Amino acid sequence: MAELLAPELLLWLIPALPFAAFVVIAIFTFRSRKLSHSIALVGAGFSFTASMLVILKALQVPELAKNPIASQIKWFPTGDSWFLLGVQIDPLTVVTLAFVAVTILMIFIYSVGYHNFGAPEGRNDIAGLPPKGAEVSHEGHTHRVPSVEPMYARFFALISLFAFAMYLLVVSDNLLGLYIGWEIMGLCSYLLIGFWYGRESARKAAIKAFITTRIGDVFMLLGLAALYALTGTLNYQQILSNQIVLNTLVTSASPIGGLSWAGLIGLLLFAGTIGKSAQFPLHVWLPDAMEGPTPVSAMIHAATMVSAGVYLVARFFPLISAGWTPGQPLTTPMLVMAAVGAFTAIFAATIAATQNDIKRVLAYSTISQLGYMVAALGIGAYSAAVFHLFTHAFFKALLFLGSGSVIHGMEHGAMHTGDEIDTQNMRNMGGLGKKMPLTFATFLAGGLALSGFPLITAGFWSKDAILSGAFTQSTIVFITLALAALLTAFYTARQITLVFLGNARSKAAGDAVESRPAMTIPLAILAVFAIAAGWIGIPKSFPLLGRMSSDWFAEFTGSMLSFKAVEGHSMIPLITSLTVALGGLLLGWLVYRRVKQAEAVDPMEKALGGGFRIIQKKYLVDEFYDLIFIRPSLWFADVFVAKWMDQVVIDGIINGIGRLGLFVGSALRNGFDAPVINGAADGIASGTRGAGGLLRKLQTGRVQQYLAGAVGGLVVLVIVLYSIFK
Amino acid sequence: MIPLSWYLILAAVVMFIGLYGVLTRKNLIGALMGIELMLNSVNINLVAFWRYLHAGKPEMDGLVFVAMVFVVAAAETAVGLALIISAYRRRKSVDANDMDLLKG
Repeated sequence: MAELLAPELLLWLIPALPFAAFVVIAIFTFRSRKLSHSIALVGAGFSFTASMLVILKALQVPELAKNPIASQIKWFPTGDSWFLLGVQIDPLTVVTLAFVAVTILMIFIYSVGYHNFGAPEGRNDIAGLPPKGAEVSHEGHTHRVPSVEPMYARFFALISLFAFAMYLLVVSDNLLGLYIGWEIMGLCSYLLIGFWYGRESARKAAIKAFITTRIGDVFMLLGLAALYALTGTLNYQQILSNQIVLNTLVTSASPIGGLSWAGLIGLLLFAGTIGKSAQFPLHVWLPDAMEGPTPVSAMIHAATMVSAGVYLVARFFPLISAGWTPGQPLTTPMLVMAAVGAFTAIFAATIAATQNDIKRVLAYSTISQLGYMVAALGIGAYSAAVFHLFTHAFFKALLFLGSGSVIHGMEHGAMHTGDEIDTQNMRNMGGLGKKMPLTFATFLAGGLALSGFPLITAGFWSKDAILSGAFTQSTIVFITLALAALLTAFYTARQITLVFLGNARSKAAGDAVESRPAMTIPLAILAVFAIAAGWIGIPKSFPLLGRMSSDWFAEFTGSMLSFKAVEGHSMIPLITSLTVALGGLLLGWLVYRRVKQAEAVDPMEKALGGGFRIIQKKYLVDEFYDLIFIRPSLWFADVFVAKWMDQVVIDGIINGIGRLGLFVGSALRNGFDAPVINGAADGIASGTRGAGGLLRKLQTGRVQQYLAGAVGGLVVLVIVLYSIFK
Repeated sequence: MIPLSWYLILAAVVMFIGLYGVLTRKNLIGALMGIELMLNSVNINLVAFWRYLHAGKPEMDGLVFVAMVFVVAAAETAVGLALIISAYRRRKSVDANDMDLLKG
């Protein structure tokens, strides 16, 4: 038994089980809903348990960063050596694995409820579209209730594959393993965003997500290749814990002007993060990804895919920051990260404040929060960034699942009352706090954590850590992030006010009901994490509370670095953080509590006018991309590639070859085959026939004629012989 | 004594009469008689040469040859006549021109 619980083995099994679940569901059990979700849940549950066991074991290892628990097998030969595939667990893995395991399991459980397991099948439901509800007669009158998802098993197969990819990415001990998980997630996100492929918008969103993230992936692959070419390995320990390798990378110049190889590879890897973590300018796919079912939104936008991007830069932070010590000017990749992250944080926060779709607000909020983490890494606040990654996963998963519960309640109300409205539009909601108390309470916990409500929520501690770090390193970043935090609190208050407070602004909202336990229990569990997950990272220097804290988190994750990460604690960031959180929340509530009708003009729109509408249209970034990339591409594809290159050039060449072949063929046929070959064959045949025709006349059948011939021949022979031998 | 050449001329004349008969007679029996003539012309030659080369000597080879030719001629005539009768039974004809089944 002890052998089975060896952390090395468990580490291998963590990704293996969800993959096995995927295979089994996809091949064998897809006809049975119950069996399929049971298998998926067992896989996820096992991975969760194994993760926890491994984490507990890892926490007992002294100096885990220097002595990670690792296990490797030979994968494929590379010349004289072998490429090793391996798993390892070090402090960063512990942190990431912890939130990944918890959120994935919660999302799996939630999905059972979200897809209405146990509900009747709708008569009009077709695969590829969201279920439309079923008619149920109850005590004499019929009413519509939500129906079960037609492609229930497919969903669980796909999220199992997704979970496999994420676990693989986290436990891998080398960049290639990470990249494989990374790309499988890209595929899964495509499949899951396009889960309801009957809708054109879902198809478009799926393609958009896939292609947009692919842009970043290409650069990341270049970085991976460069790293392997230079160091001959992709193993984290061998690159990132080896000062000689890092120094060589820093001091050797890359072909791109002025950058060291470390800088270039750092930038390339960061490009992968820009795509995966939806940083500006590749953020456009993430809001559209809301086309997928809500558990998918939670999966992609909280627990897994977007976290993977930040995980990548956090993992390669020693390389990105190589040659830098706190207080010095930032390295080029760090500078880029700080700029992109801070800009994304405030940019997305402004958009989030104007959206009406409950999930889109959260999507932009996610982009903004990821920008926070990236900016924090950019200014060297490593532990703070990882801390925020950790807490954000919980409360963002909670918020997404909560929003799914809200939408579910709204859909139930809409079906019950026959109210044809957009069930995701927050303007149609209102007063749901009374109808869905459990969802409200948990959503409130998540929202407060997101806005950084002081002291009690997880978000406060991680955000405070980032702001403190920013304050000591860069004033501009600090101000930008503080403003973004203000906006975050503002839009969170706006969302909670519009959704849960006040009175119902539609019949559907008035008739909404609380979701099933399969959905609310994961919410409750995540709410606990959204509150308590921050307590492990209370800084020592914090007034009063700091004395009870050991500042365990910063030390634990900080051990990944060879130097002490940026953290500074002074009163100014703390006061700022308190002010923006509380001020933003208050402001949001004050502005939006008076919205009474669904059709009412947004109070912010009244104040800002056209500017508001531009922000609401996401600064027209999509339109801009459409204008400068998509339309030219389509034009190029249509006019140049299809009409000119394909139809004129390629077809022309092919037709030319065809005509040439015809010409040569007919020339050969008329000039050689018909006269020579055929002629010869026909000639032989007709010659034989003619000769036979002539000779047959000799064959008269008359004995006397033959005999006459013989006599004649004899006479001739005699004459000839006589004339020769006389 | 009659010179050898007379016999040889006689034999040649008989031979060509026989050959003419074989080649021209439409009646198969006539043709068969022509063959007999040709065989007997050979016999004349054989006897004539024997008489001139071995007269008064004990060698009898020429006469033995002639006796064998008689035997062969008798057998051949028997077979030939049998064939002709058989053909006649089938075709009611002994005309050589009707016997052309091997015509190409």
